Amino acid sequence: MCLAVPMQIRDLEMPLATVEVAGVSRQVNVELVDQPKIGDYVVVHAGYAIEKLTEEEALETLDLLRQVAELGDDEPPPTPGIQSGDMS
Amino acid sequence: MNRSQASAGLKQEIGTLTQAMDRIAPERTVVFMEVCGTHTMSFRRNGLQELVPERVQLISGPGCPVCVTPVEYVDHAIALAQQHDVILATFGDLVRVPGSYTSLEQSRADGARVEVVYSPLDALNLARKHPDRQVVFLAVGFETTAPVVASSVIQAEREHLENYSALSAHKVIPPAMLALAQADDLALDGFMCPGHVSVVIGMNAYAPIAQAANLPCVVTGFEPTDMLQGLLMLVSQARQETAKVENQYLSVVRPEGNPRARAAMDQVFEVCDSRWRGLGNMPLSGLTFRKEYARFDAARRFSVNLPDPVEPPGCQCGAVLRGVTQPEDCPLFGNRCTPRSPVGACMVSSEGTCAAHFRYRSVNQAT
Ligand code: SF4
Repeated sequence: MCLAVPMQIRDLEMPLATVEVAGVSRQVNVELVDQPKIGDYVVVHAGYAIEKLTEEEALETLDLLRQVAELGDDEPPPTPGIQSGDMS
Repeated sequence: MNRSQASAGLKQEIGTLTQAMDRIAPERTVVFMEVCGTHTMSFRRNGLQELVPERVQLISGPGCPVCVTPVEYVDHAIALAQQHDVILATFGDLVRVPGSYTSLEQSRADGARVEVVYSPLDALNLARKHPDRQVVFLAVGFETTAPVVASSVIQAEREHLENYSALSAHKVIPPAMLALAQADDLALDGFMCPGHVSVVIGMNAYAPIAQAANLPCVVTGFEPTDMLQGLLMLVSQARQETAKVENQYLSVVRPEGNPRARAAMDQVFEVCDSRWRGLGNMPLSGLTFRKEYARFDAARRFSVNLPDPVEPPGCQCGAVLRGVTQPEDCPLFGNRCTPRSPVGACMVSSEGTCAAHFRYRSVNQAT
């Protein structure tokens, strides 16, 4: 399933990057996005960054995700990187 | 912003969107289709169908990759897993999908090596770690996943990894949308287009559908407010009787999509005719390896004997995937068929329409 959680690039050694959100970090491949840089926000799918977001857009999305999580949902907010059925 | 303020703000936004929908929706019932497993999940999980006016319906189409994968692919994967030197690497959802006679889960219990991975990168790692084994990745998914698999194949080529291959069941979404738009037994008023598929193919990819079928198409994100906004845009077009392509998921989807991702996909794969569960064979709706990459094609690398495919008796997955039957109308739904003991693929995958309807029905009934 698609996770729309933007993650921030903390470390970069092409084609791999360490990305992080809310204390969760993981390694992803970034060669499908244009000129990735440390500090960029990316959308991750099945271990790959598939698009970059501007910081403003990323922070807005993260804020929205926090609000959704706080809405008293019956499930915890999505944690990036632990899904295994990620294939759309 | 504290917790309750945040929630109150969001609830208010949801209220504003649903009220606007009620105000502008045509008086007749309007039916839109989404073709994305994550939309199916999000709409159900957040109980959104309870919030939108009754005359605005969002039904699910063939948006769950595992569900549209025909049974013979599962049989093929099982046959590969049974070869003694093969390690089969797969996304988790596929493991429990019934094949004609058994499942990958059962094959694994019987001794086959089936590894659940999160990414084809993990499959590449398996290939590096086990040079004496053949690692086969089950490449299932739409245009979001195909570039990722293509990139793993390009990486394998760079590293001269001779023991990595993939079995492609990749599908492309627009031909399926067009077929459903033109189906006689389905009267749609528009499409909610999948957010992440659109990241790759871009919103322009839907222009031919909007034009040929005269239906609005709105690229939409996954959060509750995204989905309600997307639905509102569709309702508004239905009222005005327009058929434009619009983009609700502006922050992520560009008109032309992601050219790098598309280039990777086009380097390794080419379109081919492909069979979908429920929709049958559709011209140019799948992806197969180009001849330059044929050596990474597990279908060519290994020869296997396949049984004649047998669909699970009684299962209505095909009709559910076409949107002409709702899960609740399947006689097996909720009794013989549950996520714990699924009969068809639509109940196995967490993105499946039957699973989403079953999983969130008590939540929805309680509200
Ligand atoms: S409820 Fe089960 S048997 Fe019925 S269509 Fe869905 S998956 Fe198939």
